[in-house]
Amino acid sequence: MTTSSPVIQAKNVWKIFGPSPEKYLSGMTPGRSFDDIRADGYIAGVRDVSIEVARGEMLVIMGLSGSGKSTLVRCFSRLHDITGGTIEVDGQDIMSMNERELIDMRRNKMGMVFQSFGLLPHRTVLDNVAFPLEMRGQDKHARRERALEVIELVGLNGREDYFPRELSGGQQQRVGIARSLAIEPDIWFLDEPFSALDPLIRREMQDEFLRLQEMLGKTIVFITHDFDEALRLADRIAIMKDGAVEQCDTPDKIVMNPATEYVAKFTEEIDKARVVHARGLATPLNGAAIEGAAIDGNATIHELARILVNDTREILPVADKQGEIMGVMQRQAALDVLLGGA
Amino acid sequence: MASVSTDTPNKQHGQVSKRTVLWTLLGAAALIILARAFGVLPEWLHRIPEGAIPPTAQVLDGIFSFIQNDLGLIYVTRFIAEGPLEFLLDTSANLLEGKRRWPNIGPIPWASVAGVAAVVGYALGGWKLAALGAGTFLWTALIGQWKMAMQTMSVLVVAAPLAFAVGIGLGILAWKYRWVERALKPMLSVLQTLPFFTYLLPAVIFFKVGPTAGAVATIIFAVPPMILMTTLGLKKVSPEVVEAGKMSGCSRWQMLRHVYVPAARTEILVGVNQVIMLCLAMVVLTAFIGMPGLGAKLLAMMGSFKLGRSFEIGVTIVLLAVTLDRMSKAWVVKQPEHFDRGTPWWKRNHLALLALGIFVGFILLAQVFPILSTIGRKQHFSQGKEIDVLIKSFLAMDGIRGVTEWLRWFLNVKVLIPFRNTLLAVPTPAFILCVVAFSYWLGGRRSAIYAAVFFTIVAFSGWWDRSVITLYTVISAVVLSMMIGIPLGVVAARSEKWSNRILLACDTAQTFPSFIYLIPAIMLFGVNDVAVVFSILIFATVPLTRYTIEGLRTVPPEMTEAADMSGASRKQKLMSVQLPLALPTMAVGFNQAIMFAFFMVIIAAFIGTQDLGQELQRTLAGTELGKNFVLGMNVSLMALTFDMAITSWAERRKRALGLA
Repeated sequence: MTTSSPVIQAKNVWKIFGPSPEKYLSGMTPGRSFDDIRADGYIAGVRDVSIEVARGEMLVIMGLSGSGKSTLVRCFSRLHDITGGTIEVDGQDIMSMNERELIDMRRNKMGMVFQSFGLLPHRTVLDNVAFPLEMRGQDKHARRERALEVIELVGLNGREDYFPRELSGGQQQRVGIARSLAIEPDIWFLDEPFSALDPLIRREMQDEFLRLQEMLGKTIVFITHDFDEALRLADRIAIMKDGAVEQCDTPDKIVMNPATEYVAKFTEEIDKARVVHARGLATPLNGAAIEGAAIDGNATIHELARILVNDTREILPVADKQGEIMGVMQRQAALDVLLGGA
Repeated sequence: MASVSTDTPNKQHGQVSKRTVLWTLLGAAALIILARAFGVLPEWLHRIPEGAIPPTAQVLDGIFSFIQNDLGLIYVTRFIAEGPLEFLLDTSANLLEGKRRWPNIGPIPWASVAGVAAVVGYALGGWKLAALGAGTFLWTALIGQWKMAMQTMSVLVVAAPLAFAVGIGLGILAWKYRWVERALKPMLSVLQTLPFFTYLLPAVIFFKVGPTAGAVATIIFAVPPMILMTTLGLKKVSPEVVEAGKMSGCSRWQMLRHVYVPAARTEILVGVNQVIMLCLAMVVLTAFIGMPGLGAKLLAMMGSFKLGRSFEIGVTIVLLAVTLDRMSKAWVVKQPEHFDRGTPWWKRNHLALLALGIFVGFILLAQVFPILSTIGRKQHFSQGKEIDVLIKSFLAMDGIRGVTEWLRWFLNVKVLIPFRNTLLAVPTPAFILCVVAFSYWLGGRRSAIYAAVFFTIVAFSGWWDRSVITLYTVISAVVLSMMIGIPLGVVAARSEKWSNRILLACDTAQTFPSFIYLIPAIMLFGVNDVAVVFSILIFATVPLTRYTIEGLRTVPPEMTEAADMSGASRKQKLMSVQLPLALPTMAVGFNQAIMFAFFMVIIAAFIGTQDLGQELQRTLAGTELGKNFVLGMNVSLMALTFDMAITSWAERRKRALGLA
């Protein structure tokens, strides 16, 4: 995963809104804060963000409204032109693409799901899902077949001829998801896809989404303002504030070692035991002698609670997905996480 | 946000000086009037002397003739008129009324048209609209006005689609390029206030007398709202839908064709509705350049005081207007419905097939029963004479006659004539100062400057007295209609049931071509000044009532509840909560009333007024394009002055109240 080159590589990306942002950015003294920039009459959507998304990874960008998370993801797909820095997708600088190349990239590589669905009201479910295929000129039969396939995938079969307004919110978002998957994209952007849905449906859709991801293994950039959602889904989380990334790390590390006070505020209320995995606490073997059965590294501390309480070993071996020993975990450290002691 | 707090002190400072400016303006006006009263005002300050008036009309004539002949524009326009446009009009005229032109198959039997109208009505809005559609055409045929109605319709079916195409095209351009929007905006506001006689003469000169000129004038008249609605709709498309389109890899054309235009469907269809209604109103009015059809007949009948026939034609026009309006509005709200999987082709299109079947069926039947095709002179059910006698004897009844005669006398002798003479006695500079003061008070500095410039232009146009008479008619009619319309709205707004009824009535009345409003006026008061004011009065009361109700109803409920809980009586609540909050909306109605009045006062010219409309109507007979234009601009400039002042006041007020 780490050896192959990243799918998306953003370096020092700036996005500034205002009368003449390029000129402003080039003349700006470094280190100006969000408020300083606002006082100058500009809005900093994205401030000096450098981030990589690896192939097959799910990066969740988390932040409150106005933190720049939606702006950042729109920079990745060049729905927004960035003001400074570079963004490479599969090694290609997207800012140097012409309109044709850009359209080709979107037609073949990218899919996006929107918060309020962004469905075309005058098209049926089938025609909405087939829309990207139609745009790239696929013939009617091929696109119909493919559209039916993805509609089935998201569990909407039987509703192909419905119009968006005849569907519930959850169903509409399934259409949005199906549409974004129709072209078999390599990169999947989801912009707060579940926040317009009510809590019960949201949970159901998250499960559905995890199922799809398990099956498809796409590279995903997922945006949310819901920290629980981020923890539940992410391989890595990037927490944004005022256009800048405060911390970008795995959920375990964010919960265990929040980099800034802002991040710490989010993690305070979280039941760490439900987030932190055994592998997150594991340290390298370093020749330590191991005894007894290994515990599953992909289990959360909460799931291991019974073992942790009953086991008498001070050092527990931790196994990875393949069952090989990846390191050892101090029982006391795990108990601290579980019981909140420190 | 930060600017809000800094705004207040500035404003207070502005208000202090505002009062001084107002008093200065009014004081200067009063001085001039006093000087005039004591006979010390030099004559050149009372009215601009003839010698000082620039020969605008002649200059314009020169420019027009240069464009027309030297630049050869006339060949282009004549080519369009005699080529494609005439071809379209001839084709529709052949199909609908049986004019002997290609393709020589018409006229289509009336029963076929009525049948198709019924199916279209059913498809759009169920049985009620089906009955309305069929009923309208049935009435038209049975009353013996089929041919006239089809003469009108044959222009409409060509003009409306063309106006739609031009409007949507310009609307898209205005949305895409800011400079197009900036260039179009002032033109559109002038076009919307320009009296229709001003459209007619250039149309006649450039596009040949007859249906072509009528169609061109109609198209120009109907285009502005289509442009505005298209731009509005495209701007309102949700950004996520746009982004979804982009992420689907749409090219620019695909974005427009598959994303923007369908997503702006509602606004575009509202534009279509307005195009159809304006086209109908205008086609009827082309009677003034001798176009045959319902309008021409109505004009002739009213001119010879045949009230029964006028009434019948009026009913036909109203029915057509209501049918077209209801159907196009039903189309706006009509949403696509899905069919179950595997529904066969004929079932999916059953209504289209039904319409086709009825259409062909009646054509075939009409071969056997010619009465289904045309209803002859002796066969129709027109009761023109009988209605005429009925109306006239009703009006001649002592009670009725007493009232109308007294009203006529009272309005004429006690109100209208004194008011007019007062206005005419005011020296030009004082008049302008008063208008500027009014604009300044309402709209602020910008409006005042426009008012000063516009009215000075009017003063130098050489038609000052006629302009003042036009203004006098407008002001009297609008003031009278406020006395009726606003109380009516206030009372109606008290109950949900009545506001809905009155709103429906107002909406329906607004779809009538303005011409219709002359019928009752002439019936009651005959052909004179009072009839003019009365017809404007009915026409202008409609928007006033409508926006009063709308304004009162949109007062946020928590505010009226707060008033209730503060123990306000009904009257207190109305005066200190509801009316102040409704005022900006009511101002929109007031503005519309003034615009309507300016429109109507010109049409009323044929009753025999002495204002700009009369002169305008005279120009139609000749080729004095320059004069026609000057007169039209005068009307437009006066209307624009009020429009700007009132609109700017309403907008400012809405923002101040946090209602915008």
